[in-house]
Amino acid sequence: MNSLVLAATIGVAFGWTLERAGLGSAKKLIGQFYLSDLTVFKVMFSAVLTAMLGVFWLSRLGIIDLGQIYVPETFIGPQLAGGLVFGVGFVVAGLCPGTSCVAAATGRGDGVATVFGMFMGVLTTGLFLPRFATLYASTPRGLFTLPEALHLSYGTVVLMIVLIALGGFGIAERIEGRP
Amino acid sequence: MIPARAARPYANPYYSGIALGLVLLASFVLTGRGLGASGAFASTASGVVHAVSPSTAAANFYFSRYLADGARPWRDWLVFELAGVMVGAWLSARLAGRLGARVERGPRVTSPVRLVLATAGGAAMGLGAVFARGCTSGQALTGGALLSVGSWLFVLGAFAAAYTAAPLLRRAWQ
Repeated sequence: MNSLVLAATIGVAFGWTLERAGLGSAKKLIGQFYLSDLTVFKVMFSAVLTAMLGVFWLSRLGIIDLGQIYVPETFIGPQLAGGLVFGVGFVVAGLCPGTSCVAAATGRGDGVATVFGMFMGVLTTGLFLPRFATLYASTPRGLFTLPEALHLSYGTVVLMIVLIALGGFGIAERIEGRP
Repeated sequence: MIPARAARPYANPYYSGIALGLVLLASFVLTGRGLGASGAFASTASGVVHAVSPSTAAANFYFSRYLADGARPWRDWLVFELAGVMVGAWLSARLAGRLGARVERGPRVTSPVRLVLATAGGAAMGLGAVFARGCTSGQALTGGALLSVGSWLFVLGAFAAAYTAAPLLRRAWQ
C-alpha cells in the first residue's frame, strides 16, 4: 500500500480510538489534573503497555527487527524543559495536540482554538529557533533507552513498567472511587 | 443533518487504551514508525513559511528539514496521519451521536475567555513540543513504548508541570 494511504488509515484508527475513549473532550481530559477522572492516565498507560509488550514479544520471537523501528532520539535538557512548558499549556488548553484535532473534528470550538494556537506556537518557535540553536541541540544522547540508562535488560525494564502501570491503575481506581 | 439522539457513553478506558496500543503497534510493524501529531504542525508551518518566503524557510534549520523532500511538506507522512485522525474522530463521533458545535469550558469562564485560553495553551504546547521533538503522541506514546529516555523525561516533565499549574488554574475549570 502507498505509504501515505497507510498513514491516513492509521490516522483514522488513531482518531477513532481517541474519540471512543472520550479524549476529544477537554472537560474529560482536565479531570486528570484535578483527580476527578483519570481516563488520560488509564488510556495512555494501557496503550504504552500494549505497544511495549507487542514490540518486545514480536522482536523476541524474531517476527520484527527492532533496528527497523525509528526510536526518538534523546536530548535530556530540551526534552525535560519542553515537557515542563508543554504540561502548563496542556492544563491551560485542556487538550493536547492530537486530542485538539479530535476536539476540532467533532465540533468543539475550543479544539479549533487549540489547533490554531498550537500551529502559531510551532510557527513562531520555529522562526526564532536559530537564535536558540545551542539550547535546542544541547545534551544530545542519541538513541538512548531506559535499559541502557538503568543498566538493566530489556525484559527487566518491560516487567518493571508493567508492574508500575498495574500499581498505577489500582491507585487510579481508588482515587476515582473516593466519595 | 445529524439526527437528534442521545449521545452514547464513552468506551471503557482500558479497552480503549489497548485498542490505541494495537494501532500504535500496527504502525510500528507496518511502517517502522509510531504515531505523531506535533510533527504535522511543524511540517505545515514549514510549508506556510516556504510559501510566504522561500529564502527564510531555506535559511532556517528547523523548517528546512521538513522541506528537504522537494518542498512538498503537505505530502508528509504525519500530515496524512493527522488528517486521518480528524476523519476517524468525526466518524466515531458521528456514529455515536456525539457531534455538535459547542465550546467546552469550566462553569466560571465565558466562551471567549475559554477560546483565548485554548489558543494560549496551544501556543505553549507548540513551544514545548518543538524543544521536546514531539508531544503526547510522538514522545509519550511512541517513545514511551520504545523506552526512549528522552520520551519518559518529557512525560515526567509534562505531568509534573501540569499538576503544579492545575491548582493555579482552578478558576478556569471548576
